[in-house]
Amino acid sequence: MKTLKNIYDNIGLPRLIIGLFFIFLVVASIVLGFSPAAIFSDVVRRWLMYGTLVLAMVPGIQSGIGLNFGVSLGISAGLLGSVLAMEISFVRNWNEVLGAAAPWLTLLLALTFGTIMAAVLGTLYGLLLNRVKGSEMTVSTYVGFSVIAFMNIVWLSLAFKNGELSWPLQGQGLRNTASLSGSFGGVLSNPDVVQSTQPAWLHWLAFKIGDFTLPLGLILVFTLLCIFVWLFFRSKLGIAMSGAGENQLFTTSSGINVDKKRIQGTAISTVLGAVGIILYAQTYGFLQLYNAPLMMGFASVASILIGGASVRRAKISHVLIGTLLFQGILVTALPVVNEVIEIGTLPEVLRIIISNGIILYALSKTKGGNQ
Amino acid sequence: MSQKTNVFQKAGSFLFDNKVMIAFATICVAAIVLSGSPMSFIVDGVFNRITRNTFTVLALIIPVLAGLGLNFGIVIGAVAAQIAVFWVVYWGFGGFGGMLLSVLIATPLAVLFGFLVGKLFNRMKGAEMIAGLILGYFADGLYQLFFLVIIGGIIPVDNPKLIISSGVGVKNTIDLTGNLKYAIDSVRMVDIITILFYAVLAITVVKVILHLLKKYQLKKGELIFFGVVAILFGISYIPVVERFLSTDRLGLLDALTAVLIVLGVIQLVKIVKSLFFEKEKPKYLLKPILAILVYGLIYGLTYIPQIEEVLLFVKLPVLPFLLIAGLCWFNHKLLSTRLGQNMRTVGQSQSVAMASGIDVDRTRVIAMIISTVLASWGQLIFLQNIGTFSTYGAHTQIAQFAIAALLVGGASVQKATNKQAIIGVILFHTLFIVAPQAGKQLFDNAQIGEYFRVFVSYGVIALSLAMHAWKQFKKEDQPPTMGPNQENSSLPSGTAEQQVGK
Repeated sequence: MKTLKNIYDNIGLPRLIIGLFFIFLVVASIVLGFSPAAIFSDVVRRWLMYGTLVLAMVPGIQSGIGLNFGVSLGISAGLLGSVLAMEISFVRNWNEVLGAAAPWLTLLLALTFGTIMAAVLGTLYGLLLNRVKGSEMTVSTYVGFSVIAFMNIVWLSLAFKNGELSWPLQGQGLRNTASLSGSFGGVLSNPDVVQSTQPAWLHWLAFKIGDFTLPLGLILVFTLLCIFVWLFFRSKLGIAMSGAGENQLFTTSSGINVDKKRIQGTAISTVLGAVGIILYAQTYGFLQLYNAPLMMGFASVASILIGGASVRRAKISHVLIGTLLFQGILVTALPVVNEVIEIGTLPEVLRIIISNGIILYALSKTKGGNQ
Repeated sequence: MSQKTNVFQKAGSFLFDNKVMIAFATICVAAIVLSGSPMSFIVDGVFNRITRNTFTVLALIIPVLAGLGLNFGIVIGAVAAQIAVFWVVYWGFGGFGGMLLSVLIATPLAVLFGFLVGKLFNRMKGAEMIAGLILGYFADGLYQLFFLVIIGGIIPVDNPKLIISSGVGVKNTIDLTGNLKYAIDSVRMVDIITILFYAVLAITVVKVILHLLKKYQLKKGELIFFGVVAILFGISYIPVVERFLSTDRLGLLDALTAVLIVLGVIQLVKIVKSLFFEKEKPKYLLKPILAILVYGLIYGLTYIPQIEEVLLFVKLPVLPFLLIAGLCWFNHKLLSTRLGQNMRTVGQSQSVAMASGIDVDRTRVIAMIISTVLASWGQLIFLQNIGTFSTYGAHTQIAQFAIAALLVGGASVQKATNKQAIIGVILFHTLFIVAPQAGKQLFDNAQIGEYFRVFVSYGVIALSLAMHAWKQFKKEDQPPTMGPNQENSSLPSGTAEQQVGK
């Protein structure tokens, strides 16, 4: 009995409800006659698509800045990096010159640009957050919103030659949704893209087993990132950072510069945000500019909370479980809901209710996480 | 030495406190000049938006007072109003009666919602703002669920004008023309005066009866007030005046003249009072006389053709402005009541309030209820003025814009006044009106102006939240670890969003 209660305490009520709901949806969709393989492919795809963005929450929470709603900063850096990389690849005509290697080089360039910009912005952002200790979440939410609004102006002012990015017939402004099909879209995850553009020895990156799609390349990258973060928090630097987040006074007295650790945590979180959005766009096949990333920070926060993280503590397992449950529900809800009642927007409504409900729950548990 | 620094500090803090407003006013003026739009268009638009939005912005003041910060939860009040509007339209009511019915439905809903929000906020002290923000989104989700699925899906509602053709869910927009549109705006002045007269008459009669029964001490001022109202009511029967008052819109010129006359009369009364009743020294007369001169000067300015043209062009709906004035009066008066004092104490320090025997949690809940109810009324004013009810969009930005407007007026997380609210609404919405045109002139792209104004509304909130938190943090963190960061005590100047936010 006691162990049962222990297990229950470990899982927690919200996770239990959401987990059961997910299982219910999966069962319902199979009962309704949907192909399990197709559904699971979708779940896996979405899981990996959002995984890195959720992973970006871990360094933020561990270093003590709390739920990093300001991950939009990293997202913007990643988007800007991708856009720049795509433009360079277009101007240099890499698709002609380099052939199958072009998407890889573009992806690499996007990641490099994104990472550098995110590291710089993240450091500055960390400096800001050190000055607003105790209200990081409120401030970071609005900093995130401001950045997206500012980037709207940037997207609208950029004049690029790449026709996939810019509006036709206009000298100025990028598209709302830019297709990545001529660039790095799907090279890690879409079997069709991989089979048609890549040489045979790379066909393992994404392939189909019957109806089930296995994006092995993306799994590999995401696993590496998870291992990197996991290892990092076992290194001296990472342990110090966790300490900074856990107990400021104790950490200070043991000679660790808490503020510096917080800045590093914020910077890593921002960089992971940038990498995350690039992997997201890669999987999705489209680059979403303008207001599309406005609420992505919220989705990431909600995911890691569903996974069982608190405002103070987060682990890789929280990332994996949370993203699986959250995205899983959203993926499976759509066909099930459509079968029962024809309202296409219902999963969206569900997403809003679940994600904000879980954040509210976490805030009420921790008294807002403020010291 | 200390005196000197005090003066400097004062001047510095004045600039510091008002820098958001000053910077914003500068941006506004620049945008007006750039846009090249005619003044009459801008002023008309601004007054239009003042009518619509000021009430909601004023609804934010009480929570700030009670230490709950900027109430992002007013979305929930707006939701209450929108539920009421939907049913009133569905039942086919309209006009002022329909609006009264909306108020009757919206108010208890808003009280309930405000109570729940207040209870929730009491569990998250210190994180009310982020909680309110998330709660707004959460409420939006529930609202969508209600309007998309439950109406038609569970509650049978049959009305092809309101419901999506599949029979489940409410359409994207509900046209209020012919029912609630201008239900408040179009109340004629005669009717307002008549209603006011009968209301005051009834109250006075009750008071007189109570006075005669020796249960209430009637004050002289109350009788004078009744007399003034009665005279106004009598004047309204003079044919010329009656014709003037039987419209529902008041020209801005007339409104300005009326306000100046009223202000002038008040100052005159002051002069007469101090001369004949209090026998004060003449130097106390200087202020009122100067004031009258200024009013005269302002009135003189209206004869300048350009200004006159603008003033003649703009027409104001009367009742909304009276309601706004009423709310200002309410916010002001509340402070002198016990409840208002309690709120203030709670806002300053919860532990002090607790020690002096104030029920902190209850006071905070009451503040939230009042704010939510006011927000719901504000949303009713907004919807009837705008005339189309965008079912899923009307409430989503309300907190965002109202809070940005309040902050632009110079308010902060801890201090907000009626004046700041009104100045804020004027500045913020001026920018909203001129930004697209200015963007078009400047960048040849109106969209940039539109994005710019959104950016400004987010940026101004980010900036003022950051400044507040920073101040708070500095206060708390004075003695222990200051660390190496303290050396450069300016905001991290590299953060792009902050720079452009100014």
